[in-house]
Amino acid sequence: MRSIILAGLCSAVLLSGAAYAQSGAPIKIANVAELSGGGATVGTNWKNGIDLAVEEINAKGGILGRKIEVSHADSQSNPGVARAQVQKALDGEPYVLLGPGYSGSVKVTAPLAAEAGITQIMGGEAAELTQAGNKFLFRTSFGQQSSMPKVAKYINDELKAKSVAVVWVNNDFGRGGRDVITKEFNRLGIKVAADLSTEAGQADFAADVSKIKAAAPDAVFIYVNEEESARILKEIKRQGVTVPLIGETTLVGQKVIELAGDAANGARGHVGLTTDAPVEAVKAFRDRFVKKYNYVPDHNGLKGYLAIYMVKATTEKMGKVDPKAFADTLHGLTIKTSTEPNILMDVTFDQNGDIDRQGFLVEVVEGKQVVKQVLPKLN
Amino acid sequence: MSNLLDLIVAGLATGAIYALVAVGFTLLWQTSQTINFAQGEFVMLPAFLMLAVMHVGAPFWLAVLFGVLLSALLLGLAFKMLLVDPMLRHGVLPLAIATMALAIGIKEAVKQFFSAEASPFPSIVPVGDVSILGRAISLQSLGVLAVAILAVVGLTALLNRTSLGHQMQAAAQNPTVARIIGVPVERMIMLTFLINAVLVALASLLITPIYLAKFSSGEVLGQAAFIAAIVGGFNQVRGAIAGGLLIGVVDNLAAAYVSTQYRAAVPMLLLIMMILFRPQGLLGRAEERTV
Repeated sequence: MRSIILAGLCSAVLLSGAAYAQSGAPIKIANVAELSGGGATVGTNWKNGIDLAVEEINAKGGILGRKIEVSHADSQSNPGVARAQVQKALDGEPYVLLGPGYSGSVKVTAPLAAEAGITQIMGGEAAELTQAGNKFLFRTSFGQQSSMPKVAKYINDELKAKSVAVVWVNNDFGRGGRDVITKEFNRLGIKVAADLSTEAGQADFAADVSKIKAAAPDAVFIYVNEEESARILKEIKRQGVTVPLIGETTLVGQKVIELAGDAANGARGHVGLTTDAPVEAVKAFRDRFVKKYNYVPDHNGLKGYLAIYMVKATTEKMGKVDPKAFADTLHGLTIKTSTEPNILMDVTFDQNGDIDRQGFLVEVVEGKQVVKQVLPKLN
Repeated sequence: MSNLLDLIVAGLATGAIYALVAVGFTLLWQTSQTINFAQGEFVMLPAFLMLAVMHVGAPFWLAVLFGVLLSALLLGLAFKMLLVDPMLRHGVLPLAIATMALAIGIKEAVKQFFSAEASPFPSIVPVGDVSILGRAISLQSLGVLAVAILAVVGLTALLNRTSLGHQMQAAAQNPTVARIIGVPVERMIMLTFLINAVLVALASLLITPIYLAKFSSGEVLGQAAFIAAIVGGFNQVRGAIAGGLLIGVVDNLAAAYVSTQYRAAVPMLLLIMMILFRPQGLLGRAEERTV
């Protein structure tokens, strides 16, 4: 009789524990990002954005009454390390996987998350990432297939350039961007005066800029990562190249401006996200970020922040914490600022995990991004 | 043709910085048989020391002064007393391995205490062009070249034209005889370590505005300077200078006319050719060693 009572008590304790795990235990989210190596700027901003959002949400009671618990792992900007870190993170059965930021790392880790049935919200921008039929992969910013046509159109319509030198980084991100923009240039009848492949982490751009000078293009399209963008901008200034410099977010981001100094002035680009956007919610985010970290974030800080609010909005839409149903709910979902103010701008996710949101054309003027044109959301 | 001239000038500027670092390699080798595989990290660190001093509100010139002094203390004095002296008695190879470990230690410490991200660094040479024979030449390239050449000329004058320099050379060539004739060999060796520390601080000051201050930037520099020292002649200061300039120009020409992907391979090929056909280097002298 005593053993029956004891067994009953044990069962009651175990059941109450399980019930707690369901309702009150923290929601575990795993982040794998470029916290060191060539992509340290990307990963650090992304991580800080995540931490800020988590702090805000937890201070208000969490998601559906449950706090968020984020673990951060360093991919060292290396796809091989990223894959190992993602596998380790997935073994911990997270609710959602965040990162990585580099397209090459996303490419090798996405199949792992898809196999585990875990949604991956990442920062990669290579066009091919969301075109492989992966139903668990979501962007936080525009893919190259959305942004490059806008850049090419700007070079054609506004700059009236007839020949362009294309400088790109020899990785998945750079190759993807170069392929899409070259296709667009061909369509618009713009000649590629020089096609310059550079290496990730490259320190010396003297030879590349000499080649640009020799090609004498009407404009230069630069598509390399942030630190390399700063180095090539400095070298371009050093060698006195004066034609317009056009790029994407990685050419005109805050970190590039900080590193390149005066050399960044005049650089123009399309950015999906910028803390200089003429949007009150974005400005308020920027202030909160600067207050916490004492520096102005680049678009990766925004991406990380938005990733967490994507998780919050999707979970609240479902009304439950269900990792298996998460991706299905996010496909086709429109998150409006009227219901989730910290999503900052209305955003819609399509069936591939690509996003539709307003974008911006910016120019660096006296060390600051100045928005020249707002490109509205399509749908 | 004008493109070639630009490439050569830019290559000479980078090469002059490699030369500064390579000279340090050869000095340490000649006086104490130290092969310092942390030499690249020795170039990276002074920039961060200067940034740290600027961070507490000091002006740039004061930061440079403190950077050079701290560099002399840490990379000269402390390096010799705490690592080279205890390790050298176990042979050249254990010391070389210890310097590899030191390189990793410096890199990780900078990453830990500063940041894994790159930081901007002010330039001592203003941005702009000067017209030479009708060609616009970058003022920064010329400035870097001029400062590096001045440093090397100064060092060569010290070694060849002063009593101190002659004592240093005597200590390097035959320490036993030097001791007999009254040269303070230990002090001379220490002096070469201090000179190396000042040279790497100067290289750091010149290269960091271009490469940015980053914990990993020493890898490229260390490798380039090591190759430069071997190609030029590991046992001759003038060889290291020639090697540095040659590697700078070859690297730039390879990037322009071969490909960016294979640029790093070209100096390596040069190194292999040199080891096969002229092991003493361009300006080095052949040495015989007994076993």
